[in-house]
Formats: sequence, structure tokens, C-alpha cells
Amino acid sequence: MKIADELKKSFFIALWFILLTFPIMVIRVNTIEQVVVWRWENLLYVGIGSFVLSFLCQLFLKKRSQSIQTISATPSPLRRLLDEPKFNRPALILIAIFTLIFPLIFSHYQVNIMTTALIYVMLGLGLNIEVGLAGLLDLGYVAFYAVGAYSYALLNYHFGLGFWTLLPVGAILAAFFGIIVGFPVLRLRGDYLAIVTLGFAEITRLILENWNAFSFGPSGISNIPRPGFFGINLNSEQSAIYMYYLLVAFCLLAIFVILRLKNSRIGRAWNALREDELACQAMGIDKTKTKLTAFALGATWAGFAGVLFAAKTTFINPASFTFMESAMILSIVVLGGMGSIVGVFIAALAIILLPEYLRVFSDYRMILFGAALIAMMIFRPQGIVADIRKKYEFHKNNCSKSTG
Amino acid sequence: MDNVLEIKNLTMNFGGLRALENVSLEIKKGEIEALIGPNGAGKTTLFNCLTGVYKPAAGDIFIYPPQGKPRRLHNLKINQITALGIARTFQNIRLFGGMTVLENVMIGRHCRTVAGIAGAILRNKSTRAEEESIVHESYSILEKIGLDCFVNDLAKNLPYGAQRRLEIARALATGPFLLLLDEPAAGMNPQETKELEDLIYRLRDDFNLSILLIEHDMKLVMNLAQNIFVLDYGEEIARGTPQDIRHNPAVIKAYLGVEASA
Repeated sequence: MKIADELKKSFFIALWFILLTFPIMVIRVNTIEQVVVWRWENLLYVGIGSFVLSFLCQLFLKKRSQSIQTISATPSPLRRLLDEPKFNRPALILIAIFTLIFPLIFSHYQVNIMTTALIYVMLGLGLNIEVGLAGLLDLGYVAFYAVGAYSYALLNYHFGLGFWTLLPVGAILAAFFGIIVGFPVLRLRGDYLAIVTLGFAEITRLILENWNAFSFGPSGISNIPRPGFFGINLNSEQSAIYMYYLLVAFCLLAIFVILRLKNSRIGRAWNALREDELACQAMGIDKTKTKLTAFALGATWAGFAGVLFAAKTTFINPASFTFMESAMILSIVVLGGMGSIVGVFIAALAIILLPEYLRVFSDYRMILFGAALIAMMIFRPQGIVADIRKKYEFHKNNCSKSTG
Repeated sequence: MDNVLEIKNLTMNFGGLRALENVSLEIKKGEIEALIGPNGAGKTTLFNCLTGVYKPAAGDIFIYPPQGKPRRLHNLKINQITALGIARTFQNIRLFGGMTVLENVMIGRHCRTVAGIAGAILRNKSTRAEEESIVHESYSILEKIGLDCFVNDLAKNLPYGAQRRLEIARALATGPFLLLLDEPAAGMNPQETKELEDLIYRLRDDFNLSILLIEHDMKLVMNLAQNIFVLDYGEEIARGTPQDIRHNPAVIKAYLGVEASA
């Protein structure tokens, strides 16, 4: 009965789009022959396309609003699939085998972009501690990444320290920086926190860009050594493979640590802090300590990722640590589903690898990216894989759920 | 005297508004006392001063925990006061809606447990034992309060009355000697209110509590409280047993706004 209404609405939306895109899609000035070309057929495409899309969109939204209760009650099909032991055991084994033999069957180039993707997985996992677990919307995560990368590059340049010594140093410095940033923003939440952290990241980047004596400015630091492998000299192809395995190991470590943190006393405190700050404090949780722990632990992974990044590319400059990177990492977390580890994995691989493989569409990359984000927020705001709560089993006496 | 709480001449201002003026109040061990008054009388403000949400402008608060040293509450953070053994519920329910019922209660155990980052990551023997004890203690509190059927449900999906009780369960998990209940019966029907009354009695005995409650349901207050304090415009206008308060002209005036005929 409401179909007519929806058709009408879609019609107006289509009309609006025709109007909007008229100047760019229909009119074209041929500057060589000094004539205006009217491409009326494009008007038709835009009209029909937007009409159909908006109609489908409305149908979908309607269906979803009808079943909104059941969605929150039962896990999504994807989630059920992931929880199904018959499926996830073999899948996990397949993924593990694929991960292990990946560098042996694919080219140097493939291994390199996969390594980059894994760095983003690590960054996503780290930011997930702050945003997903503790609810601290951090738009300046890239600052911690920069601290990690620069601490490796600079300490190596000045003191000649090696990769394995500086890996923990970079992580600790990043964690320390996380606490320094965390202190002034303790009182802030949500949007305000996002703005201030964004400011801190920009400060960090500007310092790196302008303080030539300290960071060598925009020209950056080159000839950063690759990680050593028991004193054996590796050629560039071998070291790319070595980097790949290192990152796989670090991602596994990150997953292990985050899983354990999540289901721990601290993880619960983060969760409670995200839900309601006052109630959380009234339950005896120290807000300051809990927030700073989240900042520090999140930053630690950015620090690791930074050191690994510097070692992988052997060259860093401030251009690698712009706001765009922060936005990218945050999109990974949001697209993947806040607090969900599998989600971060899928989203990071999608966001980093798809543009590499879809070079054909490289002109439209940002448009597609934006459209994907918007579509995601409309249709699946909880992310690709929504987080679920742990269930505890008890021996229950047969009880009825009365309202009491 | 064996008071567990003494508030002396507490004063609290919000800008030019005096929310509390020279309020004094004592609570004896094992007693249930009620704080009543018209809307805006300063009852919740008193709770907030007591739990560290607000810093009072003047006055002292002393606590005498049954186990432990007497202590003046001054410049303490909210969580420190909770750790000292004062737990509260909120007037407008403030549960962690996205967490399960059990997890809500487990959060309450936070200040009685110690596992840190290293413990969480390594998951050593003592951490595992602590985690297990948190789960079991939380579950037994839920059993006592009659919410054990809801263990794995999200808190926000509970019926209203059960949410109110979950707030109490969560507060109990912090191991308090003094429980502050802010309008526990708000929005409950008479049947639920009656059950709440029995529950509060039972909890006081089971957990060796002293209880201070804010409540508008006069029947509940008269049945439960041994002593009633009445606030109006931030000042104490009466105190005494339910019998005294029922006939106190100042109280009747504050509530009904007319001079009681003498």
C-alpha cells in the first residue's frame, strides 16, 4: 500500500539527482570545435539509476526497521557462520596454510602490499583498543605510529642501535606518548576528544616537518636498516618475505593480547567506561587509570607498527603520517565493527588491498571509498562483524523470567 | 553510639543557588533510614556530595565502617569512596545497557579485585582464580536478588523492575557497608513495590548493611524506615520516626503547600 509513496519519493530523488548532475553529466564543452555537446542519454542513465537505487534502498530500510528487534536479539548470519565450529576450524586451518605459503607462491610485489596491509591490520587492532573497547574516539592515532617510526629511525641514526633493541623502545615511547596525550584529554568524550586528539596528531606532524635539526624535516630519514636475521645478509626479496612473516607474527601477538585484555577485568572496566562514565566510577573504577591504560596499550601497537613500517620502507618522512592515515585506520575499525577482531582483519585487507588490485578504477577510488562508507553506515552500522558478548554458563534451577 | 555515617553541617552551592544548607544526618549501623522531601529539595544532591560526585562547599562527612578505621571523606574521588564501602544506585537507571546482567554485577567487583595488565595477558593462576571468584560472587548476588534467570541477557533488554533490582545488585557487588538507594521504587507498581520492600529488608540482613534511601512512595518509606529525614529547599525541616513525621505540620506544609490546621 505504501509502494506508491515510495515510488513517488524515489521519483523526486531521481529528479533531484538529474538536476545535481546535469552540469557535469549532460553538458560538455568541446573546446577544439568550440561547440557544446549535449549528452541527453546520460540524463536518462542518471535518472533511472538513482530511481532504482533509491527505491531498493527504501525497501531495504523498511524491511530492516520492521525486523530491528530480531536483529539485536539474534546474531547475524555471518556471525553465526563464524561461531560454527564445523565451519571455522577448517577455515582457520586454510587461512593459516595460505598465510604461511603466501610468500612462496606470490610475487615480490604481492608480498609487499600484503605486508603493508598487515601493518594496517596491526594499527587497526591497536586503535580498536581505544575506540572499540574503551570508547575513546581517537582521530590522532597516527601520532603514535609516527612516534614508533621516528624513534627507530632517529635512535638508529644517532646511536646505531639495532632493530630488535629499538622495537620495544619504540613501543614504550609510543605508550608513554599515549599517556602524555591522554592526561589533558581525560575530561573529554566523543567529538571533543576526537578534535583534541586530531590536534595532537597535527602538532606531532608539524613538529616533525619543521624541526629540521631534530627530524630532518620533510626530506625525512633514509637508509634505515632492515631488521637483522641472525647476522645473515638478506637481499631485498628475502627481506620482504622476512618482513611479511614478522608482521604475521606481530598480528598474531596483537590478537592474542587483545583477546585476553578484552575478556579480563580491565577489558570489562573499559567497556563499562564506554557505556556510562559516572556509573562506572560509582562502581569503584578509577577513570583516570582506566583511560590512560587504554591510551597506552593502544599506542603500544602503533609504536610496534611504526618501527616495523620504518624497517620495511627503510625511509620515513612526515608525509607518511598525515591525517589521512588516521582516518584510514579509523575507517578500518568502524567498517570492521567496533571491538571485533575478525572485522578489523577483513576491513583492513579490503581497504588496503582493493585499491591495489582495482587499479583500473583508481580515478574513482575516493568516490568508491566514500560511497562504501556511507552505504556501510546506513545498512550495517554495527560493522562487518559485530562484536558479541561472552556468555557464561551456569547450572540454572528451572526459573521463569517474571518481571518480579 | 554506633553510627556508620555522620554528616555535619553540609552546605552545597550551585552558583548562587544554595542546594543544601547546614544539613546534618546520622545513620546507625543496621538501620534503614529514609530521606524525603518535595522535588528539588536537595535529596539527590546530598547523595552526590556523599559519593564524591560533587565537592561540598562546607561541612564534614565522617564514616565509621564496621570493619576498618573511621575516616573523614574529604577530596576523595568517586571510586575511592566506593572502595571505602559506600555504594549507590541512580534515580534514572544508569546500567551498562550493552553489557550482560552478569557483567554489570562483575563490574561492581572491580574495586575488590586487583588483576592488572600483566595478569590479563599472561592469565596466570591467581588471575584465573580471581576471575572465577568474581563470576561466582556475582552470580550468587544475582541469585539472592532473584535475577539469576537473566544472567546472559543484555541489561537494556530487562524489564523495568528488573533493571532497578540489577542496579541494587551491582551496588551490592562493591561490598558496601552503607547502601544509598535513590528512588528504588520509582515507576514500580504496588505489587513490585511490596516485593522491593521485602527485598530491602532481606538484603540488609544478608549483607549486614545500613541503608539510606530516597523515596517518594510514602507507604514504602513508612514501612521500611526506622528514621526519616525531611528536606525542603536544601534545609532539614524535620526528622524522626515515621509516626512523628506523619503528623509533623512542617512536613505537611512542605508537601501540600498549606498551613496545617493546629
